Amino acid sequence: MGSTLAEKLISHAAGKEAVRPGETVTVRVDLAMMHDSSGPRRIAPILERLGAEVWDPDKIVLVSDHWVPAVDPQSAEILDITRRWARANNIKAFYDMVGICHVVLPQGGHLKPGMFVVGGDSHSTTGGAFGCYMFGIGATDMAGVLVTGETWIRVPDTIRVEWHGKLRPGVCAKDINLALCARLGLGGAEYRTVEYTGSLVDAMDMEERMTLCNMAAELGAQAGLIAADETTCDWIRATGSDPGDASPWQSDDDADYYATHSFNADELEPQVAAPHSPANAAPASKHSGVHIDQAYIGACTGAKLADLRMAADVLGGRQVASGTRLLVAPASRKDMMAANAEGTLTKLMEAGAIMMPTGCGACAGFGGGVLAEDEVCISSTSRNFQGRMGAQSAKVYLGSPYAVAAAAVAGEIRDPREFLQGA
Amino acid sequence: MGNEGGSAWVFGENIDTDQLAPGGTLKSGIEVIASHCLGALSPDFAKRVRLGDFVVGGRNFGIGSSREQAAQALCHLGVAAVIAPSFGGIFYRNALNFGLLALVCPDAGSISQGDQLSVNPEKGSVQNLTRDEEYSCDTVPSHLMEIVSAGGLVPYLEANRR
Repeated sequence: MGSTLAEKLISHAAGKEAVRPGETVTVRVDLAMMHDSSGPRRIAPILERLGAEVWDPDKIVLVSDHWVPAVDPQSAEILDITRRWARANNIKAFYDMVGICHVVLPQGGHLKPGMFVVGGDSHSTTGGAFGCYMFGIGATDMAGVLVTGETWIRVPDTIRVEWHGKLRPGVCAKDINLALCARLGLGGAEYRTVEYTGSLVDAMDMEERMTLCNMAAELGAQAGLIAADETTCDWIRATGSDPGDASPWQSDDDADYYATHSFNADELEPQVAAPHSPANAAPASKHSGVHIDQAYIGACTGAKLADLRMAADVLGGRQVASGTRLLVAPASRKDMMAANAEGTLTKLMEAGAIMMPTGCGACAGFGGGVLAEDEVCISSTSRNFQGRMGAQSAKVYLGSPYAVAAAAVAGEIRDPREFLQGA
Repeated sequence: MGNEGGSAWVFGENIDTDQLAPGGTLKSGIEVIASHCLGALSPDFAKRVRLGDFVVGGRNFGIGSSREQAAQALCHLGVAAVIAPSFGGIFYRNALNFGLLALVCPDAGSISQGDQLSVNPEKGSVQNLTRDEEYSCDTVPSHLMEIVSAGGLVPYLEANRR
C-alpha cells in the first residue's frame, strides 16, 4: 500500500521508512514559526525555568503581527519583549510589524516542499499550500520544540478533498472554504489532515491555495496540504529561495485515504456564513438585505494581494455606502506595496476604504476596528465566533473579499456578482 | 488525579477558544483571563467552579485558536478534567501540556449540570456518582499520561533533563 503526502512528510521527519495513521512518532522540526502573542512573552519564562537555550536560532522565524501597532502599555510591552528576545537569541528571521506570519513566512522564502514545520498559531495550516507539513501548536509545545528541536505527532488519517470544474467570476477559494465548512461541519475533519487536489486546485495560484489551506483550521484539520507543482516552485523561486526537488512529495496513487470528497465548482455561488460559525455558510443571496455597519478586509485569510484585487474589482469607481464603513488591513507590507504600485490601493481608498496597519488586527479582536454591542460586520477573515471581533452581541458574517466589498458598497449583504462585469 | 470526585459544569458543542480565553483579555496575566473564562455562557462559572470540578462539553471542545491560555485558564480555576466527545486538536495538546486531563468520552452528553463525577484515565472510565452510571472514555496514551502526571510538559522536561 502506498502513502499519502502527509504520511511521507511525517515519516521523513521521523526518520522512518513509513508511518501509518494512529502511530505516535517523534519528529525532527525543520522550522519553528512564532508570533508576538504566543511567542517570546510565553516561551521565554519556560526556557529560563528549564535553563535551556534555543536549539537552532537559524530555524526560528519570529513575526510581530498580533499586537501591532501597540495600543497601550501592555501591548507595547509584548512587542518590546519580542524584540529583545529576538536580539538576545540571535534570531535573524525576525519580522517586526511587516505583515501577518502566515503570509510573511512564505513571502520570506522560508517554506519549501518536504519540510516539517510547526507554527505557534492555529492558521499554520496555511503553510501546507507549499507542500510542507505545517501545523499549529501552543506556546508550551513550542517551548519543547525550541529546547529539543523535536516534537511528537500522532500520524493523522488523510481526507482527500477534490475540486474540479471552474470557478465562476466573483467566486474564489474563500467560497470553497465556506462551502466546505457547511458541508463537513466546523471541526468536521476531526484533526485529520485534509489534502486538496483536483484540476481546479491545480489551476489555482499560490495565494488562492494559501486561502484554501488556511481554513483547514476551521474544518478542524491538523494540516491542510497541497502537493507542490511548478506553480509552487516558481513562486518560491520568485522569493529568491530554492524550492529543491518537489517530486518526492506527492501522494501515491494507491495511498489509503480515510475519505474522499469530490466537488465540482461550476455551480458554486458566492457564500456568506451567518453568525457565529463558518459552518453557517449559504449562498450570499440568502442573506441579501442584511444591514452592515462594518465591512472588514483583513487577515491571513482575506487580505493578500489577490484578495485586495478582488475587493478593488467591486469597489473600483464606486463608493462605500453611507452608514457603512470599510476597513482594510493588508496582510503584509509586500502585498500593500504591490497593491499600491499597481493602483489597487488607490481604487480602495477612492471608494472610501479606511486603511489599517498590516497585521492581525480586528480579526481576533486585537488593535483597531473592533465592534460595538449589536453592530453587524461582514469580514473576509476566517472565524466569526461570538465575541471574537469585539462586543459579545456583535454579529459577524464571513464572506470573500468580493462579498465584503459588495456589502460595503450596498450597505447590506448582496451577491457580489451584482457588482462585477461579466459575472 | 481527579479521583476524589467533583461537580460537572456542562456546556454545549463547539466551545471555542474565544469563549475560554477572550482575545481582549490575552494581554493580561492568567488571573484576568481565567476570570473571564466561559463568562459569556456562564457568568458565574469562574467565580463558582471549585478545585476538582469537571468541565463537560459537546463535540469540538476547544476549537479555534492555538492560544494555550484556553487550557491554562481551566487549570488555573482548578478544573480536574475536561470531558467531551471530541476536542479541537491543538486544545487537546495544550491541555495535556498544562497537566489538564482532556478525556474523549462519547457519552459526555449523558452528564447533567451538577452531577458528581470521578474519572479514571488509566482505565478509561468516567463515573457519574449522582446517577450511578459509568461511561467509557479513551485512555490517555502512556507517554502523554507521564506528562499529565508530572503536572505538564514544563515540569516533565524539568524532571527529565536533570
